[in-house]
Amino acid sequence: MNRKFSIKLFLMPVLLVTFVTSCARPVNEESQIQVTGSDTMVNLGQAWAEAYMFESPETFIAVGGGGSGVGIAALINGTADLAHASRSMKEKESAKAEENGIHPQEHIVGYDGLAVVVHPDNPVNELTLLQLAKIFSGEITNWNELGGEDLGIVLLSREVNSGTHVYFKDNVLGVAEEGTEFSENALLMPSSQSIADEVGQNTGAIGYYGMGYISPQQRPVAVGTSEGFVLPTVANVVNKSYPIARPLFIYTNGAPEGTIRAYIDWILSESGQAVVTAQDFVPIL
Amino acid sequence: MRRQDPLAQERRARLGLLLVTILVIVPVALIVGTVIVKGIGAVDWEFLSTAPRNGLREGGILPAIVGTLVLVAGAVLWSVPFGVATAIYLVEYAPRSQIARWVRLAILNLAGIPSVVYGLFGLGIFVIGLKLGVSILAGTLTLALMNLPVIVTSTAESLKAVPDRFRVASLALGASRWQTVRHIVLPNSLQGILTGIILETSRAAGETAPILFTVAAFYLPRLPRTIYDQVMALPMHLYAISTQVPNIGMDVRYGVALVLLGLVLGVNAIAIAVRSRMRRNRIW
Amino acid sequence: MNPSVKRSPPRGKGPRVTLRATYRKPWSERLLEGGVHLAAWLCILFVVLILFFLARESGGLVFKDVFQVVGRYWRPISEPPQFGVLPLLAGSLLVTLTATAIAVPLGVGAAIYIGEFAPPQVREILKVSVEFLAAIPSVVIGFLGMIVLAPLVKSLFNLPTGLTALSASLMLAWMAMPTIVSLTEDALRSVPDTLRHGAYALGATRWQTIRRVLLPAAKPGILAATMLGVGRVIGETMAVLMISGNAARIPHSVLEPIRTLTATIAAEMGETVQGSDHYQALFSLGLVLFGITLVVNTIADRLVHRGETS
Repeated sequence: MNRKFSIKLFLMPVLLVTFVTSCARPVNEESQIQVTGSDTMVNLGQAWAEAYMFESPETFIAVGGGGSGVGIAALINGTADLAHASRSMKEKESAKAEENGIHPQEHIVGYDGLAVVVHPDNPVNELTLLQLAKIFSGEITNWNELGGEDLGIVLLSREVNSGTHVYFKDNVLGVAEEGTEFSENALLMPSSQSIADEVGQNTGAIGYYGMGYISPQQRPVAVGTSEGFVLPTVANVVNKSYPIARPLFIYTNGAPEGTIRAYIDWILSESGQAVVTAQDFVPIL
Repeated sequence: MRRQDPLAQERRARLGLLLVTILVIVPVALIVGTVIVKGIGAVDWEFLSTAPRNGLREGGILPAIVGTLVLVAGAVLWSVPFGVATAIYLVEYAPRSQIARWVRLAILNLAGIPSVVYGLFGLGIFVIGLKLGVSILAGTLTLALMNLPVIVTSTAESLKAVPDRFRVASLALGASRWQTVRHIVLPNSLQGILTGIILETSRAAGETAPILFTVAAFYLPRLPRTIYDQVMALPMHLYAISTQVPNIGMDVRYGVALVLLGLVLGVNAIAIAVRSRMRRNRIW
Repeated sequence: MNPSVKRSPPRGKGPRVTLRATYRKPWSERLLEGGVHLAAWLCILFVVLILFFLARESGGLVFKDVFQVVGRYWRPISEPPQFGVLPLLAGSLLVTLTATAIAVPLGVGAAIYIGEFAPPQVREILKVSVEFLAAIPSVVIGFLGMIVLAPLVKSLFNLPTGLTALSASLMLAWMAMPTIVSLTEDALRSVPDTLRHGAYALGATRWQTIRRVLLPAAKPGILAATMLGVGRVIGETMAVLMISGNAARIPHSVLEPIRTLTATIAAEMGETVQGSDHYQALFSLGLVLFGITLVVNTIADRLVHRGETS
């Protein structure tokens, strides 16, 4: 191989990369909506999409999970039309969005009551927020300290940066002292369903997740507030007596228009909110 | 010290090794057996031919099956020409050059990079950097890159297996290097290359981490239309329904596992069959 | 290209240049040969690109004080965040060592049986089974580990949870097994027959030959197989994510949950703010993984080549 040939070969990759870059993504078809984001909302989003596509077959909705961060990033990068998020947008993300010429608009589309769950055979069924804080920060380590059996407490949490984890940390662990950390012994599960599965098999376990994941294999505990012990039910979240609930967001680029507008309007309408209830989340209406 | 009878010793060693081998192999049977027994009930024609319904709990997994096939086809499409060309370079053009050593080192490293790092790379470069979005294009490019070493290594092996006297004879007849490669070496190593491709197929079909952030959709009942669409994929679907969807039947989870396992092992069985036929038919 | 260069006196071996002088390549042939060279170049480029990209996205966080590399806490969302990599490194190390400790003796044993003792038909069946084991997707293994193995480990050792380093290691050991078995078998097969015949001629039994002649001779190959198995275990993501419990702290035994580098990336990437310290920390983990596997694979490669030349 002579030298000139080598130089040409070095140039070719550059050309190739330029070529691939230039086939940028085409503008979305008008009738297709790309939704992605929060894992908490992925089942809800799926149910919305399924119901909406049944009512308006001309629209097509693709639902992806990955996490609130993925959703917001996709919106910022223009690769998604809607972002599901179980936390509000961070400053850094807003700045990045403006930089890219995207103007995220926030829509509250429902509420999520976080249920604290134990195995159905566990006799402990009422806990105050302070007790919860002590359990999850590792101060209380045995069920007998709470009036249960002599059994070690197995803590189940979501991974550190899921919206659910952040919310629980700020609003439950933080009740006594701000910035309290989860116990190092907490198992960080990749998803709400895996917490549900583990609680179902493990009499010593305690975990938390969205109300939608409660099944007969787990039992939610009533959480103590100034008004007594309150169970995580839709009614209690609506009347704001249940203390661990948070808003769920959808972000759009600017004020929604056309198909996206129709979809958002539908989500906020009675039929869309009926889906929220059916998924055991709490409607805004 | 009493010396043991070497033959008795050998018998004992042989038995021990047999037990060890059984211990290694039995889990394969257990895994495959469990998945078949528990999953077969969920798999029927509807399961294979319709889209999921009722929050993925009912209906079928057709979009995930099609998605996996599309991803595999895409990965093969990108990586095969590339991988075969690289292997030809390594074996036929510059086997002992410094560059070839670097290329080999590069391939070795590509083979060693964990799949989740490919996922990171794919997310950063294809999805965000090149603005391909979460799409078939981004996902297949990521998978292709990851499987490149498989293709290069297996192709290089089968090129090397072609005896040198074939090349020498061809060159002596006045054929150019490329003509030799094209008409002598490639036809004689075709089955080996094919085996490599089939193995890549089975590997690409089962990967989750690289497609997690680059192409996989949680729910997308329509079949893909353009390379900028997202798709559902079987491994991702299994991950999603076994960790993210509440109250889903165990038989559905096992059903998806069975379809995925069936696809991957089926493809592998084809590769094994091709290879054993090739060994029998080898003319040199 | 300058034609005079092409007809210049031979630089290398004779026949090739004679060929050049008489045969003028059509453009299609040049194009294809160009493509072949290009592909090879690009392979190098890809590795450099991946490395460069990981380094760029990690934003040199390693060098800022926020990334306390030796920190004991991985608390990426706290204020201020702590990105101590020690618990993750310890987790990865623990599963890797445990899995290797299980996989190597079993894998090498199985390889000896398959290569030296098994009758031909049985050997084919065993080899196909090992290949099938290699082909089982990691998400399927993780799924079964979660549903079947974890409850088993929990009740067997009477633990608070079955999602432990041990469950993960068991799964990983069998995932690394195919690599170890097939490469060890290759290493045994590549020992020259003359050594084997020599041992038999001295009256050694098959087992004595294996232990005293074959295994020592194949040692570099077996070590290489081990290293590649280690590489496979360290990089494994989905199965580990599903069954290791993901508790980010330094483990004291294999019966505790652990969190690995790979699982951390897969689990947390989704929720991070792009460009944030956390995002950079995750890419730094990617870089660390890249570095570890690079070292492990290079050692394996060296061992293979040493085996070939000796």
